[in-house]
Amino acid sequence: MKIVLDHLTKRFPNRNKDGGFVTAVSDFTFEIPDGKLVGLLGPSGCGKSTMLNMICGLEVPSEGRIYFGEDDVTELPPENRGVGMVFQSYALYPHLTVMQNITFPLENLKGKDKLTKEQMKAKALEAARLVQIEQLMERKPSEMSGGQQQRVAIARALVKKPRVLLLDEPLSNLDARLRLQTREEIRRIQKETKITTVFVTHDQEEAMSISDLIVVMSAGVLQQIGKPQEVYDDPVNLFVAKFLGTPAINVFTGKIRNHRLFIGDEPVMHVQEDDREVYVGIRPEGFILDENGPFTCALNRVEVMGRDTSVVSTHPLCENVVVRSIISTEDKPDPDAQDVHFFLKPQKTLLFDRNTQERIYYHEVPEAL
Amino acid sequence: MNTRSLKPWLYLLPAILFLTAFMVYPLFDVFVYSVEEGYNFASQTYSGTGIYNYSYVLHDQYFLQAVKNTFILVIITVPLSTGIALLISLGLNSLPKLKDLYQTIFFLPYVTNTLAVGLVFMILFKKTPYSEGFVNLLIHFFGGESVDFIEGPYWAKMFVMCFYTVWIVLPFKILILTSALASVDQDLYKAAKVDGTSRLRIFYKITLPMISPMIFYLIITGFIGAFKAYSDVVAIFGVNLNAAGMNTIVGYVYDMLYGDSGGYPSFASAAALILFAIVLTITCINLLVSRKKVYYD
Repeated sequence: MKIVLDHLTKRFPNRNKDGGFVTAVSDFTFEIPDGKLVGLLGPSGCGKSTMLNMICGLEVPSEGRIYFGEDDVTELPPENRGVGMVFQSYALYPHLTVMQNITFPLENLKGKDKLTKEQMKAKALEAARLVQIEQLMERKPSEMSGGQQQRVAIARALVKKPRVLLLDEPLSNLDARLRLQTREEIRRIQKETKITTVFVTHDQEEAMSISDLIVVMSAGVLQQIGKPQEVYDDPVNLFVAKFLGTPAINVFTGKIRNHRLFIGDEPVMHVQEDDREVYVGIRPEGFILDENGPFTCALNRVEVMGRDTSVVSTHPLCENVVVRSIISTEDKPDPDAQDVHFFLKPQKTLLFDRNTQERIYYHEVPEAL
Repeated sequence: MNTRSLKPWLYLLPAILFLTAFMVYPLFDVFVYSVEEGYNFASQTYSGTGIYNYSYVLHDQYFLQAVKNTFILVIITVPLSTGIALLISLGLNSLPKLKDLYQTIFFLPYVTNTLAVGLVFMILFKKTPYSEGFVNLLIHFFGGESVDFIEGPYWAKMFVMCFYTVWIVLPFKILILTSALASVDQDLYKAAKVDGTSRLRIFYKITLPMISPMIFYLIITGFIGAFKAYSDVVAIFGVNLNAAGMNTIVGYVYDMLYGDSGGYPSFASAAALILFAIVLTITCINLLVSRKKVYYD
């Protein structure tokens, strides 16, 4: 089931009771294709949970429409939309067993949809088998680990065979190892059921690793939609560039003079662009260690971690605390040297307007500096 | 015994001393009094030991009346006050705007002196040569016959008693239940809403189990408190409760000790122990029933 969000806006009254509003989601328009796993990504307080609640039906949008396929579901209550929701806290009923938790949504069915006890049990077992908890059916939530509780919550959300599955920060309450395992699990379940799934996260790594599509938002405004790698390679603005990638992109203040890109007094690249003030974003993998390189940083230390060598240095115009560059292990920087010199890879060096922070798409002129 | 096992006892010593002096010893003494027959208060002597005191108390018309009154009071007021408190708490919880104001109003009886409230109730209900009392004026207004609530028929007096008791215990119960309701994880309600659960089902399947420990606590303490009713009755009906036919078990114990017909610590002790046995039995039954119904984290 594809989901279409059409100019969706949500305003909340602010706390001062002066009739003012806080806009949590502003003019959001995008389409989630059928059967995809979509990560809604943004920093805390950017409105992504509000977004999810609106898709779910727990919040009514102030403006705009929501469509599931061709159906306008904007006014429908959650139970008539065919959504399953997994809450950040899991929201399992603590006094009920796993079986009772999973059958809870089924017991609400009335009229012609009403199920017998056996049918409910069978459906619950089917959902439990999907998330591999069928041996825990008689446990209470408090007798299970966080990961198991998470699975119960997913089973409960899936038991009614929803058209759309929504997950609010599904991994944030799990420890690091379980998080890796569970995100693969979510991917597998989504692949098996082919249910259109939207999950909210503030962890870009989580979103990048399992999503078919990621939607980056900031302060209620849609920033960019795309396949994870596309968004990473081609961010539309500085916010997206900074938000995606670990280690984070290195941002410098720079300028373009006479078709040359300067960081400080050093011309580092030739570009076909008129004179202007810019931010230069360089991905950690965008550095090539070379003694003749035009870009010089003061060396802090060299970290060798398995297949990567990470050069940590400082530069006065860098916005980050340190400049982090990842180079191949064949390059052996001298850890005692004062300075390191780099060439920059043009496709990993992104320019942004200093004022609007929008991306500047430039042509590099591959000639000697 | 080495110092390590001695130390905890040393720390506990003050508590043990006080509990022994003011709890254990008097309890034991009450038992002793209750089996001493023909006890003379002036000479501090007794003629023998046995269960005569119990037999006397159990055959005393006044005691039986007190037991009847107490049981009626308990059976009516405990479920009624808990139920009303639950309804009011649910109401308070669903109107966030006026919650603070109403919470304050509902809490006022809790900080008001029992005797002052009793006086107010007398003014509301008492019939004097000069005034019919406020409630009777109301009854007249709706075309009814006036009733003497303080010195009139038994059911009228019992009505005032129950009304008073419910009113006086409500604030505490509302306080406990509103905070219990507020502490229920809101995500549970959202999850139930996503599944289209009806409000009635949400109440029975989520709210009630989640606050069941607090309801249970209120029922147990409510039972115990109602069984110990005394000062409230005095506040409304005066000290001569036997004459008014409104005595309670604790009132009977007090009368046996200090009342006009007092000076019988043996009878008083026997009555007190019978009350103890009743409360213990009821509490045990409560605990057994609750084991299946109450959910603890």
